[in-house]
Amino acid sequence: MSSALIFTTILIIVIFTITLVIAMYSTYGERKVAAFLQDRIGPNRAGPFGILQPMADGVKMFMKEEIIPDMSNKWLFILGPCIAMTTALMTSAVIPWGNSLSIGGESYSLQVTDVNIGILYIFGVVSIGVYGIMIGGWASNNKYSLMGALRASSQMISYEVAMGLAIIALVMMTGTLSVKEIAAQQSGGNWNVIYQPLGFIIFLVCAFAECNRTPFDLPECETELVGGYHTEYSSMKLGFYLFAEYINMFISSAVISTLYFGGYNMPFIARFISDPNLLTLLGTAFLFAKILFFIFFFMWIRWTIPRFRYDQLMNLGWKGLIPLSIANIFITALIMWLTGKVS
Amino acid sequence: MQHQDLPSDYFPMVIQFIVAVGFIATTMVATHLLGPKRKSKIKLESFECGIESQGNARIPFSIKYFLVAILFVLFDVEVIFMYPWAVNFKELGTTGIAEMFVFMVLLLTGFYYIIKKGALKWE
Repeated sequence: MSSALIFTTILIIVIFTITLVIAMYSTYGERKVAAFLQDRIGPNRAGPFGILQPMADGVKMFMKEEIIPDMSNKWLFILGPCIAMTTALMTSAVIPWGNSLSIGGESYSLQVTDVNIGILYIFGVVSIGVYGIMIGGWASNNKYSLMGALRASSQMISYEVAMGLAIIALVMMTGTLSVKEIAAQQSGGNWNVIYQPLGFIIFLVCAFAECNRTPFDLPECETELVGGYHTEYSSMKLGFYLFAEYINMFISSAVISTLYFGGYNMPFIARFISDPNLLTLLGTAFLFAKILFFIFFFMWIRWTIPRFRYDQLMNLGWKGLIPLSIANIFITALIMWLTGKVS
Repeated sequence: MQHQDLPSDYFPMVIQFIVAVGFIATTMVATHLLGPKRKSKIKLESFECGIESQGNARIPFSIKYFLVAILFVLFDVEVIFMYPWAVNFKELGTTGIAEMFVFMVLLLTGFYYIIKKGALKWE
């Protein structure tokens, strides 16, 4: 038991570090992708190809002056970004990063914890993320921040309903809420996206809205609201909000890859390699390849599609995605019933 | 191997929480100590595009946001209610499907009413 606990702690710290590094390099990646799509060069001064740029940005965030406006509620102002960051870092606990490794005759699972309500846990933690934005925006006591925070929370809760409904159709097929089991069921290229294409598209759109990414980045649309809910923030508190956005992007990519794209399962490779540890590590690498593709996809969309108007956003969420996801549940139920999957 | 569900499954989440909060607290304290502190009255005013700020931001806002929040609570409860059904979907059989279809038709009737009432109309 205790060796398992030590392994879990090491795993938590490793995943933590990887999350932070990926979030840091997503900022660099985003600027490079933007530059590529707009036919520019992008950051190229700090180090070769500018790869030290995230470090420079991080140090800058640390060394900047903290400004807490006189009119704000001091403690809530500090609490806001802390909540946003904590929730962003907590979600990774239930994602299976790989199969199990065997070290010294014992097998350790590459997942922090396999709870049987994994999907509900993800939803619960993501919902708390709304508080970070709401508290921060309200505590700033600035009109732009308030409007940004209201828009953000309204948008996030609206899309959460559609997201929950999209997952239900998936759960009907898998019959479990454990993320690990869902990943295991998709072994051998049997990806859920083949059976749930509509559910996947709804989930993807909702993931964009939940992360406040373009085309749904209304909470911080700079032409109307200066900086949205983080207008008054500076130094590392601003850094936490921006960081939380990139971590959320990474985690949603991981969730999408795990739920719909087979997770760590690598089709056909088991025929050629017999060493289980190597197989596990290759699976993890394959999962990260998928995650990086989805992060790239997030950026690709950002620099391709213009921003929605607020009424369009709400119409798409409530009148578009919710009825569609309910229809998806009906269709899934009917098909499963007709093909005799239901006892 | 059948996986047993124990309360101790949740213990790693506590460790993860401690690591996350520890990291955040350290960073916040470090940035507080490292940054310069040159405060002035104008710097600490809330930002309003450079013009003098008018009052504070404790102002009334559109009722629509509140309405969306109420509708969210209603619908999210329905969604959570569907999860146990979805997990046991294959075992519940035809009766389960019929019952849930009745439930969802009722839900959609309410949804239709909300839309017709104009609760989701943003101009």
